[in-house]
Amino acid sequence: MAALWTLSLLLSASLLGCLAMTSPDGSPLPHNLPPSLGTNISDGSLSVDLPMALRVFSMDYHHIQAPFEIVLWIMLASLAKLGFHWSGRVPAVVPESCVLIMVGLLVGGVIYGVRHSAPPTLSADAFFLFLLPPIVLDAGYFLPGRLFFENLGTILWYAVLGTLWNVLGIGLSLYGVCLLAQSSLGDVSLLHCLLFGSLIAAVDPVAVLSVFQEMQVNEQLHILVFGESLLNDAVTVVLYKLFESFLRLPSVSGLDVLLGGCRVVVVGIGGLCVGLFFGLLAALTSRFTSRAQVIAPLFVFLYSYLSYLTSEMLHFSGIMAIVTCAATMKQYVEANVSERSNTSIQYFLKMWSSVSETLIFIFLGVSTIQDIHMWSWPFVCSTLLLCLIWRATGVLLLTAFVNKLRRNAVTFRDQFIIAYGGLRGAICFSLVFLIDDFPKKRLFITTTIVVILFTVFVQGMTIKPLVELLYVKRKKRALPTLSEEIHSRLIDHLVAGIEDVVGYWGQHYWKDKFEQFNKKYLRRFLIRNDRQASSSILRVYQELERREQRGVEEEAPVDPRSQGRPLLPEEMESIRRILSRNLQNFNNKQTPAYSRHTLHQDTSVDRTRKPLYRHQSLGERYSYNTITHFQVHDGGLSEPQRVRTGLSRSHTVCSISPRSTLLDSSDSAGPAQTRSTDPKAAREDLVSPKHKETVERAARKHLSFVLENEKQQ
Amino acid sequence: MFILFESLDRDNRGCLSPDDFEALGGLAMNPIGGRIMEAFFSSGQDTVDFSSFVRILAHFRPTDRNRNKEGAQQELPSSRTRKLKFAFQLYDMDRDGKISREELLQVLRAMLGLQVTEEQLQSIAERAIQEADLDKDDAISFDEFKKSLEKTDIDTKMSVSFLK
Repeated sequence: MAALWTLSLLLSASLLGCLAMTSPDGSPLPHNLPPSLGTNISDGSLSVDLPMALRVFSMDYHHIQAPFEIVLWIMLASLAKLGFHWSGRVPAVVPESCVLIMVGLLVGGVIYGVRHSAPPTLSADAFFLFLLPPIVLDAGYFLPGRLFFENLGTILWYAVLGTLWNVLGIGLSLYGVCLLAQSSLGDVSLLHCLLFGSLIAAVDPVAVLSVFQEMQVNEQLHILVFGESLLNDAVTVVLYKLFESFLRLPSVSGLDVLLGGCRVVVVGIGGLCVGLFFGLLAALTSRFTSRAQVIAPLFVFLYSYLSYLTSEMLHFSGIMAIVTCAATMKQYVEANVSERSNTSIQYFLKMWSSVSETLIFIFLGVSTIQDIHMWSWPFVCSTLLLCLIWRATGVLLLTAFVNKLRRNAVTFRDQFIIAYGGLRGAICFSLVFLIDDFPKKRLFITTTIVVILFTVFVQGMTIKPLVELLYVKRKKRALPTLSEEIHSRLIDHLVAGIEDVVGYWGQHYWKDKFEQFNKKYLRRFLIRNDRQASSSILRVYQELERREQRGVEEEAPVDPRSQGRPLLPEEMESIRRILSRNLQNFNNKQTPAYSRHTLHQDTSVDRTRKPLYRHQSLGERYSYNTITHFQVHDGGLSEPQRVRTGLSRSHTVCSISPRSTLLDSSDSAGPAQTRSTDPKAAREDLVSPKHKETVERAARKHLSFVLENEKQQ
Repeated sequence: MFILFESLDRDNRGCLSPDDFEALGGLAMNPIGGRIMEAFFSSGQDTVDFSSFVRILAHFRPTDRNRNKEGAQQELPSSRTRKLKFAFQLYDMDRDGKISREELLQVLRAMLGLQVTEEQLQSIAERAIQEADLDKDDAISFDEFKKSLEKTDIDTKMSVSFLK
């Protein structure tokens, strides 16, 4: 392990050697310098000296310089990440973001040493336009919707009011500090302090994500911190731009402040609407991608990015737009698009967001090595202290209010983690670079870097042990048992009923209303062949059954299945489709929302569960009814029928039902469509043109082959 | 609370009848609305007076965890056991202390409605009983019910914050 790590470090070292040697024309913030030491690579072309003859060997670096350097940076970042994961004990102690920043520091130091000038820094444009969207898109796509909306009030409370509290608090106190230290800090005006406060107070989604995903806290806590970091973007952006424009105005009046307040609302809601619009558009487009499935994932990315850019153009909150877009389109796209496309979408999202995040942290490290630092002990230390203090008090106060309205109170431990987990990151960094130049700008930059490094290193590294120390509730990993699911559902209904009696329109009411609207209008319009969403009880049940089958195949007695004619290719195809879809559903349910490194979780099949043998009796009874329905009195039928029921699995149970609906043409059982059964019904359409007898024989074979295929898995 | 009672009591008789409950549209659409209604009416009676109304709703008070732990906790109507007992009674219509398969099936049918076939309902009920039934009597007693829900946070789930 260590060897691999050193190997990747060596590779990275050689890469950055290349970087250092080359003239940085293509890097994000151009510096024009002559190359210093040219050992084996130099710019310009190298040629074999054949006087006045054709050059046999030439090298033209300038031609490919820009993409080459970008790729080198990405390669460096990825190798560092790789090395991090191969290095034994380090991932347990140090979060990934810290290691990446350290690597960035190293690289920056080397480049500085070689070139004697500042290395390329992260330009704000590159950050906001290219590096930030993938991360936020990934977060939005995998956002746990139900949890998010249940806690939406609290999240908004923290995001809006908390940020305001922090901004004003930090800004004003910093101004106080500046007044106190008149000698060194006298020329920092109140507006400057407020501006600084606005950019340093915001919790950063990138940093929060990368640290929180490695410690598995309970989902409610995670969604609170993460949701807050996403939504406070609106407030931050507005306040920042507000204070910046105030700085340019000759004077500030009360009206301007009021307008600023309105702007917050406009920015937030504007971002939301843009996101919704593009999300619905994407859902609609995905409905028609069945003939060109390969490009279906592209639409997801294009539309999301478009929503981000549009809202940035209109000065709305881009983060909110992209999150809304992703969250909106997710359920429709997943229903419309093939499984492979779904997997591609998820994988690409994870990959891009990983790369982005890594790059951001590396550049943070690199950009720390600068010429333009200005240090001032009182300012820096007081900023650090004030950030911590104001965040803590803010969280305490706000939670005290919010707990009165919530069903689950946010405990003190949770509050501590929320306060402590308020990490600052690259957004602050980019924003600070965007400030118009003024004498103390360098001080601000230095302070921002210090705060970011402090929060990421100190808070990032210690939060995991603290979580364990304080016994914060961790994530529940097991699938709920069926009883739990049923009873919980019952209690949900019960509480909804009681809320009705009491006249209290709780969350259930609005959730029900939305679900009705969704079913009636949106799903019909946006999803091709809408299959009914199955109740969660049904899903849990099917999943438990599936797990059992996979674990129990060896135990069940294998009755010899009757020999039959070879399967039609369509049947094989449909069976394959059914099985792959089941597998995909199975895997989907276990994808943890925020895991950056794994897409599919390997769960251990619970092999101790006994098979549900009572199934057989039920299956037999029902299949008997079905067969008699066809009014085919085939003596030979009873024999294989018994064989079939001896092998009963839930697939048998599920597969029989749509058959009966088809041939009965009764609509009452129509809605009983789960994903596994629908393709079978479609396949039935294929087969029904044939002779009726062949139909049922085909069905029989189909069932036994399904079972056989299952065993082969 | 009395204001609420009065607003529900449409014909001002000082007690609630089934019609008053049915007037609540949401309750009518609730899959187990009928059972909830029946829970309010204690056995045999046709009307609910104010005290029994309050007593039932008291089940849904948020549990106060800081009170004295043993002893008194059991008597408080809002304690976890009492909450579970209330939910249990929603299943157990014949009040025999056990949830039989038929009772479970009825509730499942009400909740899942048309989404599943009779077959699947049977299997689901089978499985649920299999999971919870520890003494193998093919029915779920109150203790088994409690045990199967031990991981769920009943206290917060079954609280309506309006009631303090």
